[in-house]
Amino acid sequence: MVDIGGTRVTMREQPVRERIKNFHSVPFGYDEKEVVAEAQRCIMCMHAPCEIYCPVRLKIKAMIRKIAERKFKEAFLIAKEDNPIPAITGRVCPQEDQCEGVCPLAETENGVNIGKLEAFIADWAMKKGITEEFYIEERTEKVAVIGSGPAGISCAVDLRKFGYQVTMFEALHEAGGVLQYGIPAFRLPKDIVDYELSYLKKIGVDIQLNNIIGQNIRFSELRENFDAIFIGTGAGAPLFIGIEGEELNGVYSANEFLIRVNLMKAYDFPEHDTPIVCGDEVGVIGAGNVAMDAARCALRLNAKKVYILYRRTKRESPARDEEVQHALEEGIIFKELISPTRMLGNEKGWVTGIELAKMRLGELDKSGRPRPIKIEDSEFTMKLDTVVEALGSRPNRLFLDQSPELERNKWGVLVVDENLNTNIRGVFAGGDAISGGATVILALGEGRKAAKSIHKYLSKGDGK
Amino acid sequence: MKYKITRKEALNLEDFLVEVEAPLVAKKFKPGQFLILRIHEKGERIPLTITDCDPKKGLVSMIIKAVGKTTSELSKLDKGDLLTDIVGPLGNPSKIEKFGTVVCVGGGTGIACLYPIVKALKAHGNHVVTIIGARSKDKLVWEDEIKEICDELIVTTDDGSYGYKGVVTKPLEKILKSKAVDKVIAIGPMIMMKFVAKTTEPHGVKTVVSLNTIMIDGTGMCGGCRVFIDGKMKFTCIDGPEFDGHKVNFDELMNRLSMFKGKEKQAMKHYERGTK
Repeated sequence: MVDIGGTRVTMREQPVRERIKNFHSVPFGYDEKEVVAEAQRCIMCMHAPCEIYCPVRLKIKAMIRKIAERKFKEAFLIAKEDNPIPAITGRVCPQEDQCEGVCPLAETENGVNIGKLEAFIADWAMKKGITEEFYIEERTEKVAVIGSGPAGISCAVDLRKFGYQVTMFEALHEAGGVLQYGIPAFRLPKDIVDYELSYLKKIGVDIQLNNIIGQNIRFSELRENFDAIFIGTGAGAPLFIGIEGEELNGVYSANEFLIRVNLMKAYDFPEHDTPIVCGDEVGVIGAGNVAMDAARCALRLNAKKVYILYRRTKRESPARDEEVQHALEEGIIFKELISPTRMLGNEKGWVTGIELAKMRLGELDKSGRPRPIKIEDSEFTMKLDTVVEALGSRPNRLFLDQSPELERNKWGVLVVDENLNTNIRGVFAGGDAISGGATVILALGEGRKAAKSIHKYLSKGDGK
Repeated sequence: MKYKITRKEALNLEDFLVEVEAPLVAKKFKPGQFLILRIHEKGERIPLTITDCDPKKGLVSMIIKAVGKTTSELSKLDKGDLLTDIVGPLGNPSKIEKFGTVVCVGGGTGIACLYPIVKALKAHGNHVVTIIGARSKDKLVWEDEIKEICDELIVTTDDGSYGYKGVVTKPLEKILKSKAVDKVIAIGPMIMMKFVAKTTEPHGVKTVVSLNTIMIDGTGMCGGCRVFIDGKMKFTCIDGPEFDGHKVNFDELMNRLSMFKGKEKQAMKHYERGTK
């Protein structure tokens, strides 16, 4: 029976008690029957706002229609046209702010579960070994892609489709950028990331690991050896609050905490060599996706109590709804309207707690959220033995510091024009390196846009 | 791509030399820089200062003390064995120019880390006095190599089994009192660098120390290597590894180095059980 509109097909998930002991995916994903039922909820509305609000303008309606008709391969190929990594975006996009949020069904019920539909068809194709087939008309021009995260991946794929010879440079020992070091496996299983990257190699992208542009190859040398360059170096540099006690043992940046767990697999210590020390009472400062990831990792590292320490309230959290909901289900405790003023330590140099000031919400600020205002003399302390700072990040400095010829703004973010061209001819940039920290899908969209600009530049020679 | 060990030599019971094929690193290496390696797929990333380099053959060598799990495992490898990952050179090169008289102080494997710096200082026409120290004679590394390239060499051992008995700061103090020194460079255990900086401070001699901190990526992403220089947070990997010794908060740093001690012991035990 076709149930247009109706209630969202429930996503089966690992039970809370089990999942907090492992790093496996929390949602199981729809099966064929469920995915068809969910797709059939789509009312095929005229305006398809889901597509308008999609940063890569995925042909969502057409994809859903094919799923509803059980034509999974066709649905997959439609998704692939606009998005090289649907298995990943299906899992990490903030759908409630994009496609699903503007779905007409969202007015009364949940919008169509577009993220999970997208993930399903990608997983289905992966299992069946189905990939996009296209003919590449080879060109001789060489393009360098710096960074192998979402922006670099999408740029490299499109450049290959145009026929360019693409070399991708990655500083770490594994490709994938934030998909590899940042997002935990319970949210994005690593075999999926590996599969998407193997696709890159399959279509002929040369991935050079352990290769730092600026250190191993000077930017000027790169410019001599390549016809165009895309910079997708991301925003991987952690921010610290700058309060007393940040030198204490037991205090981590969210980046360090997540790199140890995700990239280095510290949850499997001592089988894997990299250790992590996670205490019983963990405080995570911040309430974005990274904070949720760190908090939920801490829980899986056997922390007894994990707190989100946030200066606004849950409502203003920039994290995906699903992450906040999963975190709450798992027992993460939200401490709202507080801001750290000092970290407390013992004589052995370990953190023992945190001093916080109470906050109240004021007028709306530039981000459209109410500005938190400190309440005078409201400080109190809280006992903690691990503190993770998830305050956001800024562009990676290593490459940029070595390439002073590239124009940046005062926040260290690369300056680009509407075609994503930097101040240097033939050098383009996208992703967090130009936004200072956004989402996978925005980076992906920019990677694609840059590939188009590079193609235009190389075929017509008018890239500035 | 894997990285082949081309030479491996035990220098004493703890210290050993490893030379590897790492052309990308060798091509760009400058004195004072380090690399990060990972032995195998389950390995941790460890930073190691580069001792010597042959850019033509694409080789780099390091002198390493087997203290933890990874360094012990590395000490068991041999010529022909492959390492999974090497990345570098990382960190900023030493500032090398003609300073005049430079005193280089090295302790433990830090002596080997000094080697390329001393070489470069000499090439720039400096008068280089080197003070190297070890716990005992058998633990002293790279003495002959350093001796060959510097103008004066002073050796100290804690137990007096070779050279002067005592620590490196004693002869350093003597030199500072007897002649004009333009710069001091110290590489070795944190405690040694702390006292070298303390010794030179009253004399007002600029002192550079090379910090070896906890580090994962080495590219400025984790912040595990943060140090406080004059109260300001810096990352050893991309702002260092060399800093003004008079501005480093050594006590904080030594404390941070102890953060994973318990885990390191656990890793060692696990490793020893596996190798038995």
